[in-house]
Amino acid sequence: MSLSISLTVNGASKVVPIEDPRVTLLDLLRERLVLTGTKKGCDRGQCGACTVLVDGRRINACLALAVSVDGADILTIEGLAKGDRLDPVQAAFIEHDGFQCGFCTPGQIMSATGLIREGEADGDPERVREGMSGNLCRCGAHAGIIEAVLDAQRRVAEQERRIA
Amino acid sequence: MPDTIPFRAQNVRMGSSSGQPLTRRDGFLKVTGAATYAADNHPENLLHAVVAVSTIARGRVASLDVDAAKAHPGVVEVITPANRIPLALDPDVKVGLFGFRIEALQDDRVRYANQPIALVVAETLEAATEGVRLLAPRYDVEQTRISFGDGEAFEPVAVAFGSPPVAAVGDLGAGLAAASHRVEASYVTPAQYHNAMEPHAMVASWDGDRLTLDTPNQAIVLSRAAFAAYFGIPAENVLLRSPFLGGGFGSKAIMNGPYILCILAARMLGRPVKMVLPRAQMFGPVGHRGATRQTLRLGTDADGRLTALEHDAVATTSSFDDFLEPAANASLNLYASPTIVARHHGLRLDIGTPGPMRAPGEASGSAALESAMDEAALACGLDPLEFRLRNYAENDPASGKPFSAKSLRECYAQGAEAFGWAGRALEPCRMRDEAGQLVGWGMGSAIFHAPMFQAEARATLRADGTALVETAGADMGQGAWTALAQIAADGLGLDIDKIEFRSGSSDLPDGGVAGGSGHTATAGSALHNAGTDVISKLTELAVNDRDSPLFGAGNAGVDARHGRLYHRDDEARSESYQSILARAGLTNLEGNGRGGRDPASAEQRAMFSHGAVFAEVKVDPDLGQVKATRLVGAFAAGRIINPKLARSQLYGGMIWGISFALHEEALHDRRTGRPMNADLAGYHIPVHADIPDMEVLLIDEVDPYVNGLGIKGVGEIGITGTVGAIANAIWHATGVRARRFPIRIEDIIVG
Repeated sequence: MSLSISLTVNGASKVVPIEDPRVTLLDLLRERLVLTGTKKGCDRGQCGACTVLVDGRRINACLALAVSVDGADILTIEGLAKGDRLDPVQAAFIEHDGFQCGFCTPGQIMSATGLIREGEADGDPERVREGMSGNLCRCGAHAGIIEAVLDAQRRVAEQERRIA
Repeated sequence: MPDTIPFRAQNVRMGSSSGQPLTRRDGFLKVTGAATYAADNHPENLLHAVVAVSTIARGRVASLDVDAAKAHPGVVEVITPANRIPLALDPDVKVGLFGFRIEALQDDRVRYANQPIALVVAETLEAATEGVRLLAPRYDVEQTRISFGDGEAFEPVAVAFGSPPVAAVGDLGAGLAAASHRVEASYVTPAQYHNAMEPHAMVASWDGDRLTLDTPNQAIVLSRAAFAAYFGIPAENVLLRSPFLGGGFGSKAIMNGPYILCILAARMLGRPVKMVLPRAQMFGPVGHRGATRQTLRLGTDADGRLTALEHDAVATTSSFDDFLEPAANASLNLYASPTIVARHHGLRLDIGTPGPMRAPGEASGSAALESAMDEAALACGLDPLEFRLRNYAENDPASGKPFSAKSLRECYAQGAEAFGWAGRALEPCRMRDEAGQLVGWGMGSAIFHAPMFQAEARATLRADGTALVETAGADMGQGAWTALAQIAADGLGLDIDKIEFRSGSSDLPDGGVAGGSGHTATAGSALHNAGTDVISKLTELAVNDRDSPLFGAGNAGVDARHGRLYHRDDEARSESYQSILARAGLTNLEGNGRGGRDPASAEQRAMFSHGAVFAEVKVDPDLGQVKATRLVGAFAAGRIINPKLARSQLYGGMIWGISFALHEEALHDRRTGRPMNADLAGYHIPVHADIPDMEVLLIDEVDPYVNGLGIKGVGEIGITGTVGAIANAIWHATGVRARRFPIRIEDIIVG
């Protein structure tokens, strides 16, 4: 059986042949498109390391079959920065030391990006903690992550004010 | 609290890098997804391997449907005890310092649940995964021993890696007899699994007799030799690359069966093989923190001084190996007592062998000790902090040696001040918040030994005034890429942007072990010494050169900083490294250095980091739900190289303390011996919403003996003290004493 799906990944249109319907979006990204920034921590939707944005919404890429995202617009960690210019969320993670080993970091950053776009956690640390709780961190970098998300939220809001 | 720790010690060249809160040098790679972890590698012609693991805990594999698995499209090979090629070394023999008996399909025995019983190799991950399912193993099952009640007790010859199982000072009977108050309490700690976010992973490729391994590893050069031994090749034939580890916590310092099987598959099939353990397989073959049952007896006199301290621990291990959590040793070096006895017993169960996990021994032992100390304080009618101060150890209680440096009093004082400890009621159940929640405050002392391993490093100054520094260090998140580069920069008297740091690969000088909180001290010393070696050669060139402004200054008469040598008595006389090298006609200048503990210092001094942790919890009076709401930790750990990263390490340790106290526990089915919560939904670790406001204070400490740089370590100490502080805060809120960890809602409601 051979299928093919069309995707936009980090702004680029792709037609991807899929010879096996069992392939998840996560394994498609990692093993076939070699976009290995998105991590596999549990393969069961329990850790959030594989968080990507699909049509602007954050999802666990390990829980989506690749064939189910035909036609979707996908944003991964590799698509956030513009060359050497980091996205405000990425910059805030570095500044606030919002990571240690770095393995959950792509998921945390994509989740934070999604959370900020959702506009539900406006500046409230408790709501940010709640909204980020699907992304596990084992090193214990939580304090820096939450500071980073709050700071990034402020920066993004400021940017938007300037544009508007 | 300033972000920069000033230098006080005179024993190193004054630097501009160490002590600065620099952001991580690998930060850009990590936030853009460009940092390459082992499983991110994709050599040409790659095969995927998935381990089949046992679903029973004791018995033998009676059959595997190898034909069905091999018939599945894409499956290339199924490796079982029947066809696996021989190893040069018996997997039941231990190799090296961190050797363990491992399961590499040597026979059909099953010794624990999730033990490897076959390896399926396929063209795709999906095919290999399905191949494993098709094996449909059948077993001859034997009765499982999985709990404290049914294990096989034994008296060990050693605990952890070769430590004595019993340590005793003074006359315990006399000490207990002299006590006016006695407290006896038992505590159970559960099996815990490291669960680094990055599962164990490997990409193995052979080229003739040369082997390349991409795999996360905490002891790169040591492990290279161990891998080589299993395959009968010289250590130099193995290239082990581990630039980034997605967490380790001890589990990536030790050998395991799946890794050997992955390498074996690559050899048998003549193609590169990638293997990533599924999360469930992280519960078995790659180590864990063994369960303990600990009993403490404390005697105190009328003044609240300890007359006796006895710490007895039963620690669990596997049926076939010996690692025991050295929990009772947590009582040896912290509180003054005329008699201290720490004793361990072993209990064999049908589990994978435990191993070192973040603060092995100290974490579980401190949980019990700090809880018991709280009970003893109450028995004496003393505030828990005052009780600890009365039992402050001026010298190491176990050895009688003076401490190399101990700043625990300052930790107590500053931690208590920041927390607002003064005025706390002695009795429990006295505080409620505005929502009616019970509020409690507790504290605990933190202690962790300050070991060093052996490391080597090389520094090469280049003609353009930059330098290459190299050591096979391991960064599992603690910040070695940054902190080690900062130390190297100071050793060379260069600004950090002039430093190119190579690390994380076995073809570099041996960086030692990222473990025991000793990596920064050990690899850092080696790097600093390599830099010093370069500078002394450079000085030699300059002071003997008539054309140099430093001519005649003598080797002791110059300072190195910002890429120049300065005459110590006349700042106006200086010369840049580039010009010294250029005049000598050199394109580069190499220096080498070693790091390790000075045996004479070790003989004379006891070396520990210390700290104090204060916790607030809130407990729902009706539902028994607990939340840690505030934590303050004050730690003294010698020189802090990078306060930003050190704080992150200490936060991490304290969060592990929250996890130990309130969340983590592996549950095993009593009939089958299988872990019932072998996933990240059932095995609870704290999520963001569980983490309170936290504060870490870095207490300035000058330690002139621990090593030339005055560095101890900060990776593990945070978990000690924290567990007890939370348990004690729960008592203060509710009047219920924790007897087992994690502390559960039912303990609080029923208690």
